[in-house]
Amino acid sequence: MLKKRVGIEVSLAVAEAVKQARAQVISAYPITPQTHIVEELSTYVANGELDAEFIPVESEHSAMSAAVGAAAAGARVYTATSSQGLALMHEILFIASAQRLPIVMTVANRSLSGPISIWNDHSDIMAERDIGWVQLFVEDGQEATELTIAAFKIAEDHRVLLPVAVNMDGFILTHMIEPVIFPAQATVDKFLPPYKPALKLDPAKPVTMGPVGVPEVYLEAKKQCEQALLDSKAVVAEVLAEAGKTFERKYNLIETNGKKKAKTLFVTMGSLGESVWSAVEGLNEDGEDVGQVRIRLWRPFPVQEFKKACKGAKRLIVIDRAMSPGSVCGPVAQELKTIFYKDKDAPEIVNVIAGLGGRDVPVADFKEMYRLAKKGKLAKTYTLWGVDSNA
Amino acid sequence: MAKKSLCAWQDLALGAAILAPGSAAKLKTGDWRTLIPRLDEDKCIKCGMCELYCPEFCISEGKDGFFRPNFAYCKGCGICANECPKQAIAMVMEEK
Ligand code: SF4
Ligand code: SF4
Repeated sequence: MLKKRVGIEVSLAVAEAVKQARAQVISAYPITPQTHIVEELSTYVANGELDAEFIPVESEHSAMSAAVGAAAAGARVYTATSSQGLALMHEILFIASAQRLPIVMTVANRSLSGPISIWNDHSDIMAERDIGWVQLFVEDGQEATELTIAAFKIAEDHRVLLPVAVNMDGFILTHMIEPVIFPAQATVDKFLPPYKPALKLDPAKPVTMGPVGVPEVYLEAKKQCEQALLDSKAVVAEVLAEAGKTFERKYNLIETNGKKKAKTLFVTMGSLGESVWSAVEGLNEDGEDVGQVRIRLWRPFPVQEFKKACKGAKRLIVIDRAMSPGSVCGPVAQELKTIFYKDKDAPEIVNVIAGLGGRDVPVADFKEMYRLAKKGKLAKTYTLWGVDSNA
Repeated sequence: MAKKSLCAWQDLALGAAILAPGSAAKLKTGDWRTLIPRLDEDKCIKCGMCELYCPEFCISEGKDGFFRPNFAYCKGCGICANECPKQAIAMVMEEK
């Protein structure tokens, strides 16, 4: 059967995916560059295309609180946010995972103020690394569409029962018009059957959710959630493989591009990966020994899969999209330095923090990074790429 | 190491939920108390405000019409004394 490709803004494609996933409750507050997603969903609900409860709350703190309540009542829940909105949700994000509620949220990644910035980087989600959610990063519109549907399947799996954040770069992905192939509704329904809660608020069978965790309980409660998150890796891999089969794509926890067994590897997460891919292709044509590793699953971090993808590499050029002020390098590089610590064949890790607050990083810049790294001219700690300095 | 937990993490309900209703009755908050409410029956007008405000729901009306706490649960917070319109309740140090 010939599938229909449509040119569509990626935000609207994500809204369509949420509709196809038959979300039952959507609670959201608008924030650039996420707004188009929930705006479109509110239209679907208003015109009857989507049979869901749309809760237009007064803040993101309330958006996540309403999502927690609805998920506790056993509904399939979706929300989306960005930057300051994610920051305002902060305290409730931990509660969602602690109560094991399978909420799905798109984070349209955007820099945090100040100074005020609506443009793209990863500082919003990096400030929320430890919320106990499954965290995925997508690169393009097709992936954003399919992994939004897959996110519900991951979250609702009884071996997981945790919220899932699908990260997509604000503007440089959310506002792109890309060709997207939508699966048939019957295909989605087969892939994602209705949500069966393991535990829900039900007057006929009363339970208490979110009680006080006295010192005799708190530690065990945290351990339970951490273990669920660690164990979710296998389920994510399984669901991504099934999504790949269903939607005729290939989804792994970690992807690789470019020359096999290359000595130097770029490490990327999110849409800048596509620019790096172009740079790597160009460098390979020039005979350079370079490849690329893309991180799709950020939490739980797939340590073995990542190490396997880097086998034989002598140097990693890790592109971070956020700072970790006062630390030794950016957050992704910190993670990688930790996992390779004391490994005999550990690659050298050089860190470039690039594209902060929407600063453009064209393909040529990545080629330049490669050349500098090859000559050993990138800083041992990290390089704040492109910063204008008098020094 | 002395056991300091209620149960193993594997035995906790999903998300540390409490599955059986009414479990608060098992928590005898009476041993939190340092001050104890003492009722002056001469001042009390039997209005029941103390019963309404008690956060432990441990005050109830007796056969004689006076409202008295169940000391297995009264945690000595003093809210009843604060809310009483007739200052009929005094919070006093409890001799243990
Ligand atoms: S002291 Fe507090 S707990 Fe005790 S009876 Fe008065 S209001 Fe209730
Ligand atoms: S509030 Fe005061 S006056 Fe009213 S019943 Fe209680 S002790 Fe008596």
